[in-house]
Amino acid sequence: MAVPTYASPLEKIWHYAYLVICAAIFFFLIAPIIIMIPLSFNAEPYFTFTEKMLSFDPEGYSMRWYNALLTFGMAAPDAPRDSSWWMDAWQNAKWIKAAKSSVIIGIFSTLVATVLGTVAALGLARAEMPYRRLIMATLISPMIVPVIITATGLFFFYSNPCGPLQLVGYEGPCGKLAQTYLGVILAHATLGIPFVIITVTASLIGFDQSLSRAAASLGAKPTTTFFKIILPLILPGVISGALFAFVTSFDEVVAVLLIGGPDQQTIPRQMWNGIREQISPAILAIATLLVIFSIALLTVVELLRRRSERLRGVTPR
Amino acid sequence: MVKALDPHAAIVTEAGGLDQGGSLTTADGEPLARALVRSSRRARRRALLLVLPLLLFIVVTFINPIGQMLHRSVFNDGFSANMPELTVWFKEHPRGTQPDEAAWQALANDLQAAAQVRTIGVVGTRMNYEMAGTRSLFTSAGRKVRDGLQPPYREAMLEIDSKWGDPALWSAMRNVSSAYTTSFYLAALDLKRDENGDIVRVAPEQRVYVMLFIRTFVLSAIITAMTFLLGFPIAHLLATLPLRKSNLLMILVLLPFWTSLLVRTSAWIVLLQQQGVINDILVWLGLIGNGQRLQMIYNQTGTIVAMTHVLLPFMVLPLYSVMRTINPSYARAARSLGATSWTTFRRIYFPLTLPGLGAGALLVFILSVGYYITPALVGGSSGQLISNMIAMHMTQSLNWSMAAALSALLLAAVLILYWVYDRLVGIDNLKLG
Repeated sequence: MAVPTYASPLEKIWHYAYLVICAAIFFFLIAPIIIMIPLSFNAEPYFTFTEKMLSFDPEGYSMRWYNALLTFGMAAPDAPRDSSWWMDAWQNAKWIKAAKSSVIIGIFSTLVATVLGTVAALGLARAEMPYRRLIMATLISPMIVPVIITATGLFFFYSNPCGPLQLVGYEGPCGKLAQTYLGVILAHATLGIPFVIITVTASLIGFDQSLSRAAASLGAKPTTTFFKIILPLILPGVISGALFAFVTSFDEVVAVLLIGGPDQQTIPRQMWNGIREQISPAILAIATLLVIFSIALLTVVELLRRRSERLRGVTPR
Repeated sequence: MVKALDPHAAIVTEAGGLDQGGSLTTADGEPLARALVRSSRRARRRALLLVLPLLLFIVVTFINPIGQMLHRSVFNDGFSANMPELTVWFKEHPRGTQPDEAAWQALANDLQAAAQVRTIGVVGTRMNYEMAGTRSLFTSAGRKVRDGLQPPYREAMLEIDSKWGDPALWSAMRNVSSAYTTSFYLAALDLKRDENGDIVRVAPEQRVYVMLFIRTFVLSAIITAMTFLLGFPIAHLLATLPLRKSNLLMILVLLPFWTSLLVRTSAWIVLLQQQGVINDILVWLGLIGNGQRLQMIYNQTGTIVAMTHVLLPFMVLPLYSVMRTINPSYARAARSLGATSWTTFRRIYFPLTLPGLGAGALLVFILSVGYYITPALVGGSSGQLISNMIAMHMTQSLNWSMAAALSALLLAAVLILYWVYDRLVGIDNLKLG
C-alpha cells in the first residue's frame, strides 16, 4: 500500500503514523507469545530478564525449567539417566501423563466430531435440506454458548446419565460418565462439532454438485461417490475442521475441571493448577512447547488453505 | 449454497408423456406433479438423514444437559423431599396462617425422621439458601429431637431454640416447601420474598449479582471497543496490501488465534506482574520509581488487556474479509469529487465496513460475556465476571440451583445476541481463519 501521488504532506505524515500504529498493534499481538520463549530458558526463578540474560551470558540461560517439567512427579528424578529413568519418566512424570490424557481425549473427540460433522455438513449443503437455518443454528450453538454453561449442564447430566431415560420408564443398568474418559470425550466432541461444520460447509460451497451427479450417472454408489469424488475435494476443509476440533479439545479446561476426574488430568488442567497455585517458570517452558506446537498446526492449516484455493482455482493476486 | 436442479425432475420431464386428462405424466403413467412431490420429499428425507446422527448427538450431549440445567434452576427438593409432613401442612394452610400445634408436631416429626436418616444437613442447606444462617439451627435441632419430643411440641421446639418462633423462619420454610421454585431466579436478580410473599430487594450489602451482570456487560463492551480500536487499523492494512504480503502479516494475527488460551493468559501474567517485564522496563526507563510499580494485573485492567488480546483475532478476521471486497475506486471517486481524506473515510469507506464491524463486534461481545478462564486467572476480585460466579457456585459453595439460575440468565442474554447475530450476519457467514 503506497501513498497516492495526490496526497498532501499532512496525509503523508498521517500515512506513516498509521503504519507505525499498525506495527505497534502487531507487536501487541505477537510480543507476549514470543517473549515467553527466551524467558523459559531463565536460569533464575524470575519472570523477567536478568542482567546476565540481557548481556547474553550463557550462565544466565539454562534448561532447568524444561528439566523440572520432565522430572515433576517422577519416582526417582535424580537417578542416572538410563533406560529405567526414562521408563520412570514415561510412566510417572506428571506432564507426560497429562500429555497422554490430552492426546487420547483429543484424538477420540476429534474423530467423533469430524465423522459426525462431515456427514451432517453434506446434508446441510444440499438445497433440499428442510429447516436448514434452525438446524445450522443448533449445531453451531456449542461454540456460542459459554463453555461454563455447557459444562454446568453436562455436570448435571453426567451425575445421572439415565435421568431422561428413567422419565420414560427405563429401569435397566446405567453407565457412568462423570469422571471418565468417555464423558470428557463426548463433551469435547460437542465443543468441536461447530468448527467441523463451519469449515466443511465452507469447503462444500466451492464444490461443484454436478461432479457427484456425473459419478452417479456413471453408476457409482453414493458411498463410492463420497469416497472417490467428494471427500478428496473437500479434504482440506475436513482436515482443517479436524484440526480446529483437536485444538479446541487440546486447549479446553472448563469442562475437564467440572466433569473430569483425577485420571483426566490434561495439559491445560495441569497448567491451570500450576498458574493458580504457584506459578513457576516451568509454566513458561510448557507454554513454549505449546507455542511451537501451534506454529506447526498453523503451518499445516495454511498449506491446506492454499491447496484448497488452488483446487478451486483461486490464485493469489 | 449451490442451488441444484432436482435430477429426478429433469429425467421425468424428458421421459414423460401426456395422460388422458392432458396433464404431464412420467414414463410409467404417474402424474408428473405427484412424482415431483414424491421425489423432492425423498431428497429432503435423504438430506435430513445425513444430518440426523449429529443432531441426535447434539440433542443428547448439549440440548439435554442444558435442559437439565434449566430444570435444576427451578427445582430443588432438598426441603420438600425430606420434610414431608410439614410440606403437606404448608400445602393445606394458606400463607399467613399461624402455625398451630399440628404444624409444630409435623416439624418435630420431620426433623426427627430427617435426623435419623441423616438428611437433616440437606434440609439445612436448602433453608440456608433461602435464609442465611439457618443451617446450624436445623442441624443442632436434629441432634436434640433424634429421640423424640414430648407434646406440646411448640413449647418443646422453642425450648431447643427460641429462633423457631421467628415468623420470618416460618415464611422461609413455606417458600422452600415446594420443590419447584422461582427463588433462585429471584436471588440471581438480588430479589427475595418477604414474610407476606411479596417480592422485595435484598439488603444493600447482599446485592451482588445485578452488579456482577452489569460489570460483565460493561467490561465486555469495553473489550469489544478495544478490539475495534486495535483491530480496525490492522484489518485495513491487511486488506489493502497485496495478497502475498498480507498473507505473511496475517500469520501474526493467526498465531495468537491458534495458541493455547492458557499460554496467552500466562504470558500476560508474566508481562504485567509487579516484578514482570513491563514494570521492569518502566523502572529502567525511569518513568516510575522502583517503589511505585504499577498494579496492572489481578484487577480489571488485567482482565481487559488479556481479553482484548485473546479476542482481537475474532474482530480482525471478519473485518478483513469484508474490507477485501471493498472496491478501492469508490474512495478514489470520492477524492476526485473533492472530498478530503477524512470525509472519504467517514462517508464512503467506514459505512462499507459496517457488516464486518457488526459481525466482529457481536462475536467478540458474545464470547466475552461468557468468558471464564482469563478473568479467573488475571482478574483478581474486581475483574471477575458472571461465569466466575457460576463456577464458584458449582465447585465451592455447591449451590447448584443458584449456579443453574445464573447460567440460565446468562444463556438467555447470549441466545438473544446469537439471534441478533444470525439476523444481521447469518451464521453461514461465520468464518474461521
